[in-house]
Amino acid sequence: MRNPTLHELQHPGTSDDAHAHHHPFLQHHFEDLGQQHEASTLGMWFFVAQEILFFGGIFMAYSVYRHMYPEAWSAGAHHQNWKIGLFNTIVLIGSSLTMALAVWGAQGAKRKLTTVMLVLTLLLGMTFVGVKGFEYREHIHEGLFPGSHFTYVDHAHPELTRGVELFMVFYFTMTGLHALHMIIGAGLLIWFIKRAWRGDFGPEYYSPVEIMGLYWHFVDIVWIFLFPLLYLIH
Amino acid sequence: MAHAPDHADHVGHSPAHHQAPLGMYFAVFFALMGGTILTVIASHVNLGHWNTPVALAIAIIKATLVILWFMHVIHSPRMTWVIVISSFLWLGVLFVLMFSDYLTRIWNIY
Amino acid sequence: MTSTTIDDAPFIEPSATAKRNYLNDEYGVLSWLLTRDHKRIAILYAISVTIFFFVGGIFAFLMRLELLTPEGDLFTSDTYNKLFTLHGIVMIFFFLIPAIPAVIGNFILPIMLGAKDLAFPKINLLSWYIYIIGGTFGVIVIITGGVDTGWTFYTPFSTQYSNTHVFLTTLGAFITGFSSILTGLNFLVTIHRMRAPGLTWFRLPLFVWSIYATSVVIMLATPVLAITLVLLMVERVLHVGIFDPALGGDPVLYQHMFWFYSHPAVYIMILPGMAVISECVAAFTRKKIFGYKFVAFSSLAIAFLGFLVWAHHLFIAGISIYSAMIFSFLTMLVAVPSAIKVFNWTATLYKASVSWQTPMLYVLGFIGLFTIGGVTGLFLGALGIDVHVHDSYFVVAHFHYIMVGGTIMAYLAGIHYWWPKITGRMYPEWWARLSALLVFVGFNLTFFPQFLVGYVGMPRRYHAYAPEFQVLNVLSTAGATILAAGYILPMIYLGWSLKFGRKAGPNPWGAVGLEWATSSPPPKENFHETPTVTWEAYDYPAFLKAMRETQDA
Repeated sequence: MRNPTLHELQHPGTSDDAHAHHHPFLQHHFEDLGQQHEASTLGMWFFVAQEILFFGGIFMAYSVYRHMYPEAWSAGAHHQNWKIGLFNTIVLIGSSLTMALAVWGAQGAKRKLTTVMLVLTLLLGMTFVGVKGFEYREHIHEGLFPGSHFTYVDHAHPELTRGVELFMVFYFTMTGLHALHMIIGAGLLIWFIKRAWRGDFGPEYYSPVEIMGLYWHFVDIVWIFLFPLLYLIH
Repeated sequence: MAHAPDHADHVGHSPAHHQAPLGMYFAVFFALMGGTILTVIASHVNLGHWNTPVALAIAIIKATLVILWFMHVIHSPRMTWVIVISSFLWLGVLFVLMFSDYLTRIWNIY
Repeated sequence: MTSTTIDDAPFIEPSATAKRNYLNDEYGVLSWLLTRDHKRIAILYAISVTIFFFVGGIFAFLMRLELLTPEGDLFTSDTYNKLFTLHGIVMIFFFLIPAIPAVIGNFILPIMLGAKDLAFPKINLLSWYIYIIGGTFGVIVIITGGVDTGWTFYTPFSTQYSNTHVFLTTLGAFITGFSSILTGLNFLVTIHRMRAPGLTWFRLPLFVWSIYATSVVIMLATPVLAITLVLLMVERVLHVGIFDPALGGDPVLYQHMFWFYSHPAVYIMILPGMAVISECVAAFTRKKIFGYKFVAFSSLAIAFLGFLVWAHHLFIAGISIYSAMIFSFLTMLVAVPSAIKVFNWTATLYKASVSWQTPMLYVLGFIGLFTIGGVTGLFLGALGIDVHVHDSYFVVAHFHYIMVGGTIMAYLAGIHYWWPKITGRMYPEWWARLSALLVFVGFNLTFFPQFLVGYVGMPRRYHAYAPEFQVLNVLSTAGATILAAGYILPMIYLGWSLKFGRKAGPNPWGAVGLEWATSSPPPKENFHETPTVTWEAYDYPAFLKAMRETQDA
């Protein structure tokens, strides 16, 4: 006769046999799906926390140099096309909406809605990355890629050229890391689209979509800060 | 920093099942759109040295909307709040102590 | 108080069939390389970190050989630079950071919590593979010519001037950081969500509190190192000026970002050591730790305060004097929670029934040596003194007292303490005590002279020194030889014990804790039935009574 679990102490009358349906996605080291859901959600939140520190570090370095070189930073931002940035921001926020709706759908076992929303999220995300690629290509053509290929000279303010290059280092590193996170997200989305179409998700088991959402929304939040900081300094 | 300990080990039978009304997601979406347009407009108006704080304030409000509603934090357990707030607090520690150096350097290079 | 001594602790067999355990459950190389079992992963880590420990040790030994004579006559200065760099990188990233958490934590934490495994077993295995990949980069660097920037990679030397494998090394460190992050994440979720029924926070062993604090530090600090190394790699590859003053950058910004991680990193290295010490003090005094809540909260305080002091590594680098004063003050504060732990362990020892087994010998060594190391940290935190001893052997001695006199001793204490649980065998006690003695004597002989030469001016990271420092350097090298013997001996007798050691029961030490409530070695799922905890932390009579009742049931 084994000792009662805490759950059984809190819910007298439930015996082990009553819910002996072993959900196909319940991992053996968890007591039940509820514990598994809480564990995976908590795990993703801890992961997001360390991502906040990761991006936060480079935001901090950006801030230090912005404080040191305000004119160069402004000059650098003028090389960004804010209209393209605005378009991309709308696309990305839109993808956050579709992602949130996908989670909503998964929770309600709405297989088709979930799949469609995940596909839309993927398409919007890929649009974002594609536009970013176009922007990068333009910058490279203008000689703004930092390093030995940096041929741009600011004729109006030549003394700012070095600072503009430093700005571009931050531009490429920050948006590059962001885009990398989006590409990883896209890969994960493809996998989840497959699972959603297969009908894996329902009210008892939707945590994979939820935590995918947490990741995706986090990447969106990074862009919410990147857009004004890189495109809108005047 | 103290992570306040959880209440008794919560072993739920089913996942916590709070489903927000659909309309709420669209409301947040339109608020985010509004914030984005506002940010662009504000950046084209010369507010002197207030441009940056205004841009950051709008971004923080947008991020908060995403966190609270898209990421469901508003309905999440206390531990989630602790994690989110602590991360930004830690970032704050990084910024404040870092700038305690940069803002008090007195040589004229910068 | 207690009703039994260690030697006649009741043989507690929670279930009848103890022959099947995690070691013989499955056979074959793949059953190890593809395992999800946290106990097997812990052993994979144990083997890897031990190999890296000896690699790092070889570099140290070569350095000490060079330092026998004042002239730089054994190696060129470039080669010597590579030796101290690789010694630091290997020891810190591939041994000290993973050792106690990934070996002892991985094995013992789930069992201590009454869980079947960590929250994410596959991610646990992934952690190990990421560590191996990062370590492979390290090995490639070693084989193909090394790196000479110091483990701190200060710019602009590392980014603009060094002709060695800086990029590969930072990439290896970057990758290894993810191993650390995933382990920390796993521990945090497991502690929050997988405790056995009845195991409330204040019934947890203090080991868990310290591992929890360690994991918080890992999650918040390591990503900042990651981004710093990314920027370093970008600068190195593109030849741009992020941290190069010639191109508009600030090298001090690099140091700020680097030390924002690397100072908390030293707490990642010492907190698990303190975790082990708490367990061993309780076990070998047969007492509840004095001031349990103080010790528990001091772990969290160390984690918090440890983030506020990093610029004490930058006092003479060019930061503003006002900033330096703030960091100096904060540095003084961070010593307080560590001191609280030392006071509480000492108070536990007072009037206790102390048992002089090997783990306790290492514990006593830890308490003394960590105290010396910690106090010398206060010296360094004082601005005026730091100007004089920064980058001298005083600093080297300070951190070795903590890392080696502290962490490595705690690691050895833990390995010996939990050896019977992990392997089902007892180690030979007298050989182990001899090793502990060699380690203690060797350690002090190696590092105490370094305080002295450092204080009078011998700088670190130089292969030559003024002739008047020779005697103390020779003593230090002699100590290193004895220390090496002290580290090699356990490899021999622990290996011997695997086949010939006395078989251990479930609780050979008569200690309190869920890990002692299951067989040695444990079954694959840790417990045959999930236990319910009804005893307070370190409550000897209640625990032993509960064990007897389980046996009778």
